[in-house]
Amino acid sequence: MTTISTTTGPAAPRPRGGVVQSVRDSLVVAKRNLIRMLRIPEVVIFGLIQPVMFVVLFSYVFGGSISVGGDTSPAAYREFLMAGIFAQTVTFATAGAGAGIADDMHKGLIDRFRSLPMARGAVLTGRTLADLVQTTLTVVVLAVVALIVGWRTHTSLGEVLAGFALLLLLGYAFSWIGALIGLSVRTPEAATSGGLIWLFPLTFISNAFVPSDNMPTFLRHIAEWNPFSATVQAARELFGNLPPGYPVPDAWPMQHPVAASVMWSVVIVLVFRTLAVRKYRSATV
Amino acid sequence: MPGAIYAEGLVKTFGDVRALDGVDLDVPEGTVLGLLGPNGAGKTTTVRVLTTLLQPDSGKAVVAGIDVLKHPNDVRRSIGLSGQFAAVDEYLTGRENLQMVGQLYQMSAKAAKARAGELLERFNLADAADRTAKTYSGGMRRRLDLAAALVVRPPVMFMDEPTTGLDPRHRQALWDVIEDLVAGGTTLLLTTQYLEEADRLAHDICVVDHGKVIARGTSDELKAQTGGERVEVVVHERDHIATARSVLAGFGMGATTVEEHTRRITVPVTGGAKLLAEVIRELDARGIEIDDIGLRRPTLDDVFISLTGHAAALTQEEDA
Repeated sequence: MTTISTTTGPAAPRPRGGVVQSVRDSLVVAKRNLIRMLRIPEVVIFGLIQPVMFVVLFSYVFGGSISVGGDTSPAAYREFLMAGIFAQTVTFATAGAGAGIADDMHKGLIDRFRSLPMARGAVLTGRTLADLVQTTLTVVVLAVVALIVGWRTHTSLGEVLAGFALLLLLGYAFSWIGALIGLSVRTPEAATSGGLIWLFPLTFISNAFVPSDNMPTFLRHIAEWNPFSATVQAARELFGNLPPGYPVPDAWPMQHPVAASVMWSVVIVLVFRTLAVRKYRSATV
Repeated sequence: MPGAIYAEGLVKTFGDVRALDGVDLDVPEGTVLGLLGPNGAGKTTTVRVLTTLLQPDSGKAVVAGIDVLKHPNDVRRSIGLSGQFAAVDEYLTGRENLQMVGQLYQMSAKAAKARAGELLERFNLADAADRTAKTYSGGMRRRLDLAAALVVRPPVMFMDEPTTGLDPRHRQALWDVIEDLVAGGTTLLLTTQYLEEADRLAHDICVVDHGKVIARGTSDELKAQTGGERVEVVVHERDHIATARSVLAGFGMGATTVEEHTRRITVPVTGGAKLLAEVIRELDARGIEIDDIGLRRPTLDDVFISLTGHAAALTQEEDA
């Protein structure tokens, strides 16, 4: 089956080290994860069903019953709602990243990677980058659905793109939380549920689906300082989806949502990337 | 001068369990060490420490002349690891798997591609190269996993139970590959529960149990420790056991042992086949009918049982 020349392969080149190697290794891993996504399209498709369902359900069931800045028309709510749905959708990347990494642990692939002379963070960075690509695709499809049900933006193209950029940055940040969860649990199933349960309170105790000003004081404070709310508010501003009479809360993140959104996302990436990479280096099944 | 794989006093505990309890190893360059032991003995933990995957609580490990604890990334350039669970990405094709591993060994994309093609050819996977690994048989996956460990020319290889779960034909084929590899000068540490595998492939064997090396030596040395040849007789009639026993005692070099319910009598001997013929003639002359008779040399199984008090594959604990 084989000859003696099995052993006369090339010697491993000396690693370049530093940022160049990190970027290159991360891209190699990202490519691997993207190939997987193409070969398991169900994952991407199921990832789309829930947000599309939410768009349709929320805009037709709740639309008309919720007052947004004094406007109770379904059209006003639809415009208000969309940034919330977009933000909730991007945070679902958490579950994807978590399940993917837990699966790699389970199958022994993480051991394979850890025995290779590759950059330390590359397996996780590659995964989160691939998830970012998937999230972007999901958001594009969702935006089309939103346009169909009547969502419109009222600002410049640059502002709209900036809004989407903030949303994707939030999704990228959350996929690092997922990476940490994936490394901490024993099975992909646990990573999926562990990545999803806390997202529901997080996304509901926020300004995503209803204005926070009607919430009890305690919840309102949480909602106003929720990292998630900052991005939703920023996207609404940048899309021009805040109705004229909408009262902007006094809390700092609501007054400066773009800055707050960037800050929160960057902090999440820094904290969870550090924790996840540390966990990866000592990962055992 | 320590060997290509050297370990001294490795200790690793998981909670209350001492997975490694002072493991010492020294594998000379170009040789194969078989790490033999039941599940849970500490074989996998030893491999994980030596391949930089696990930090020991204490002890020293040097692989290919490099300190594993101080310079893990340099060690990673010099080793190939082929695991028990065939760690290949099942949604990638065989070719994509090998290319990815090559690139992560820091080869250029072009070099990794060329090497992948070469290995697929040599491991008889060329026809399946562009199919996802999901469609591969168990044997094909193992070959792909082994190929992934050989993408660069690692001077030191670790194979953790490479043939567990393979059918005899595939096991044989994999043994041939491993023998080729070693003939090419690679130092190999192989863990196995199969005594036959250690017997066939390893120059030296370390028997591990409960995180300790309890015996080491060549296969012949270990067998010699357990004792030499024995004659084993199974008589047809229970009534003949006593007579047969006295016959055997006359030829034996030590005490006879009798297993009443199987009517089996065993005695250590020297003198080989010639002596066996004499035993048969003598039993025949006394009119003792025999169901079975043979000259038995100790197997590594006997070695294992005499060392640990239990058979190699009997314990079912998970390997930590």
